[in-house]
Amino acid sequence: MTDDQPLLSWERLTRNPAETKLLAEGLGRLLQPGDVIALMGELGSGKTLFSQGLARGLQVPEAYYITSPTFAIINEYPGRIPFYHLDLYRISAGVDLLELGLDEVLYGQGAVAIEWAERLKEQLPGERLEVHLAFSGEAARHLDFLAFGVKPELRLQALIENMGNTRVRPSFE
Amino acid sequence: MKVLGIESSCDETAAAVVEDGCRILSSVVSSQIAIHRPYGGVVPELASRQHIKVIIPVITEALQRAALNLSDIGAVAVTQGPGLVGSLLVGIGVAKAIAYSTGKPLVPVNHLEGHIQAAFLEEAPASFPCIGLVVSGGHTNLYYVEDHGRSTLVGRTRDDAAGEAFDKVAKLLNLGYPGGMVIDTLARKGNPKAISFPRAYLEKDSLDFSFSGIKTAVVNFVRRYVDVGEADGQQPGEQSLKSAKLLPVQVADIVASFQEAVVDVLVQKTCAAAQQFRVRQVVVAGGVAANSRLRRRLEEEVGRLGLHLQLPKPELCTDNAAMIAAAGFHKLKMTGGRWDLDFDAISRWPDLPGYLPDDRPK
Repeated sequence: MTDDQPLLSWERLTRNPAETKLLAEGLGRLLQPGDVIALMGELGSGKTLFSQGLARGLQVPEAYYITSPTFAIINEYPGRIPFYHLDLYRISAGVDLLELGLDEVLYGQGAVAIEWAERLKEQLPGERLEVHLAFSGEAARHLDFLAFGVKPELRLQALIENMGNTRVRPSFE
Repeated sequence: MKVLGIESSCDETAAAVVEDGCRILSSVVSSQIAIHRPYGGVVPELASRQHIKVIIPVITEALQRAALNLSDIGAVAVTQGPGLVGSLLVGIGVAKAIAYSTGKPLVPVNHLEGHIQAAFLEEAPASFPCIGLVVSGGHTNLYYVEDHGRSTLVGRTRDDAAGEAFDKVAKLLNLGYPGGMVIDTLARKGNPKAISFPRAYLEKDSLDFSFSGIKTAVVNFVRRYVDVGEADGQQPGEQSLKSAKLLPVQVADIVASFQEAVVDVLVQKTCAAAQQFRVRQVVVAGGVAANSRLRRRLEEEVGRLGLHLQLPKPELCTDNAAMIAAAGFHKLKMTGGRWDLDFDAISRWPDLPGYLPDDRPK
């Protein structure tokens, strides 16, 4: 179900958590119902922080804390559109997303962020924006955005335009 | 009145009979630790299946130990949430069936409200008003508790729950499962002052918590010395310490220092809450309340302020059904209400300030 080639990719270095969150907020402002952001990266790389930024861009009221969804698997927040915050940390490989009832969310009326998305990579929607977070020192992070599908490509294009002044590279050779 | 409590919100299947909300006649807990150990964490779909297998035997055992029949029970209380939805539904389904077939009232109970009740099940029960810290793998909440069933949320975590940080650090250091217990044991051999991990106290007067920074600081510390990578047999994306040989300190020192940082913040915020709300009583519950270092430090610091601390014994701190039966009794007594059998599991309550745990989400 996955297209192997991203239509567009972009990389960016953030110097600290505040910059990472700001970048995520910029992306959150662009999200529309049905958009899926797949967050990948090891422990402490900033997946929950990135989700907090997305929530801010989606206008989730600040009284809601965007906490790690590891325990509950899925948290739902009201915003300008519903924001579903998922976490596959505790999902074992090979589990069917349908069995978990997550398909309703993935193809629903809200924006979706999935932490530890690499756990069920083969079951992720074909249309998705992957964000790979990697350590680049203690506070700095290297972010790789990969847009799979047309809608994610449009979101990423808009993000690049808005956030500007950074190296943009074409799709993988 | 004898209340049958049923709890299945996460990885323990539990049933208990409690009389008048304070006397435990029986309490049975079937743990799933062994089932989830190979995965290093609770796997939701395995948890639900196991709940289905054992819930009837667990309830039967609880009734037998109390030497009672279902007809002797005055009401049934069941955890409505928060928790894993598939797990919650098992307990709720059975509870509804029992209530329907016996005609007894069924009370849905908030799991966190239940945890606070644990402090009132001890021989020398706690007094009101009090500050309640509920600290577990899924929650880190501070409540101002005026009476049974009247708790107001006054502090909460902004990112990770304390227990979640324990589990994730244990996994990073390849220490096994459950992380909280493993770290508690190993930390006794380590120096809590070996490494100074950051404590997040947030804004002045804030009763909120943040544990994500401590977790990341441990990751950063380990990464400085050794390669962290995917080991054989791990899940995609899962990273852990491959070799501890290159570390400048013992792993025991790392976990002792990490634990100390978490405990410092929990103790400081709990004491600050007690002072802000001018209460004489502090109660603590939840799985992390079984941590021996946290217990000792709470006893010292709460004692230093001249306040009373009620720390339920570890088996009442971790998930159990006696606390659910007790909470159900008080809720029934307070409202005198009868709940329809059509209520659903609530996986996540909105942890908003001022929210009573028993309020339904709006």
